[in-house]
Amino acid sequence: MGDSQYSFSLTTFSPSGKLVQIEHALTAVGSGQTSLGIKASNGVVIATEKKLPSILVDEASVQKIQILTPNIGVVYSGMGPDSRVLVRKSRKQAEQYHRLYKEPIPVTQLVRETAAVMQEFTQSGGVRPFGVSLLVAGYDDKGPQLYQVDPSGSYFSWKASAMGKNVSNAKTFLEKRYTDDMELDDAVHTAILTLKEGFEGQISGKNIEIGIIGADKKFRVLTPSEIEDYLQEVE
Amino acid sequence: MSIFEYNGSALVAMVGKNCFAIASDRRLGVQLQTIATDFQRIYNIHPKLFIGLSGLASDAQTLYQRLVFRHKLYELREERNMKPETFASLVSAIQYEKRFGPYFCQPVIAGLGDDDKPFICTMDAIGAKELAKDFVVAGTASESLYGACEAMFKPDMEAEELFETISQALLSSVDRDCLSGWGGHVYVVTPMEVTEKILKGRMD
Repeated sequence: MGDSQYSFSLTTFSPSGKLVQIEHALTAVGSGQTSLGIKASNGVVIATEKKLPSILVDEASVQKIQILTPNIGVVYSGMGPDSRVLVRKSRKQAEQYHRLYKEPIPVTQLVRETAAVMQEFTQSGGVRPFGVSLLVAGYDDKGPQLYQVDPSGSYFSWKASAMGKNVSNAKTFLEKRYTDDMELDDAVHTAILTLKEGFEGQISGKNIEIGIIGADKKFRVLTPSEIEDYLQEVE
Repeated sequence: MSIFEYNGSALVAMVGKNCFAIASDRRLGVQLQTIATDFQRIYNIHPKLFIGLSGLASDAQTLYQRLVFRHKLYELREERNMKPETFASLVSAIQYEKRFGPYFCQPVIAGLGDDDKPFICTMDAIGAKELAKDFVVAGTASESLYGACEAMFKPDMEAEELFETISQALLSSVDRDCLSGWGGHVYVVTPMEVTEKILKGRMD
């Protein structure tokens, strides 16, 4: 539709009303490794594939799931380095909130501020949008929460969601499997099964990453051996 | 004369059984001259949070306006009222921002926190918080107030008795201070209701 003539400049709308650069950013996300999140009645789980470019890479040094505050964690799909910038900014914002109010930042507020950062990069000169979508999992006074934040800066609260390659199959699978009264352990099993659906090769504790937060409000990433235990339960 | 003694003020807050009371005098003066006898020193931030501001009246009013502004935005963003402890941290931060040109105010903060537990605190003009379990005082009559409260306070008083105690402590203390007085203004707050009473003392 002549959109391609408008795709070079971020800050110019195309005739169809889109910012084509953001569409391209979403494509970058869509070709990233699959990640997903599930909100249970007593916690949240987020998980991602961890496919490394070669067997020579030391997989213990790679960590895709990051902690933002003791009770909020995040996983991404898309460009890893972009996600590191966002993690850094979000951590700083969470600490600034704490310095002012001496209270841990509520999940919604942190998501809102991270989304505002991503939106800034769609309306400034000389920058490009972030090539990542984030899944933020947290547990605060309002209970367990799961949010997805897109390169455009829009954010949504989900009961369960997936991003990256294979997203449509993963979402269909989640739609069938999700129940409102699911507990955290069930959610971890469902997450593993969903990842397994589109996984090329043999799934193991070393090529997926899982992060959970329960009613204890402490986000943690599972160790490879813990993941192996869950995998065996699933078999 | 110290800038904190320019207008004159007396503030006290006390903790009772699942309730609190906060009281102030009503005089606004310019050094020795009395300008108003109905000056409001205690403000309502939300139904379970009160702040009293002693010291320079102009700074007290400005600081109050800034705090209301911050709280309204907080309420809009977070869709909840601020807890008293959080509010106290905010007041402290705002005061310390002006460390080298401060607001000449000593705030007294009183509120019902989580599970309606009473919370009181005071801080100096640059935000050094002082939490207390029993009572806090501020203003030109603070020394008398410390003595009166120490003598009259008992823990776990019910709302009625708390009102009597705080009123007696306030009136007897402001009578010994020429810069504060002209009656008293007392708020007693329980989880159910807020009672506001005006006291008539020595009108001088």
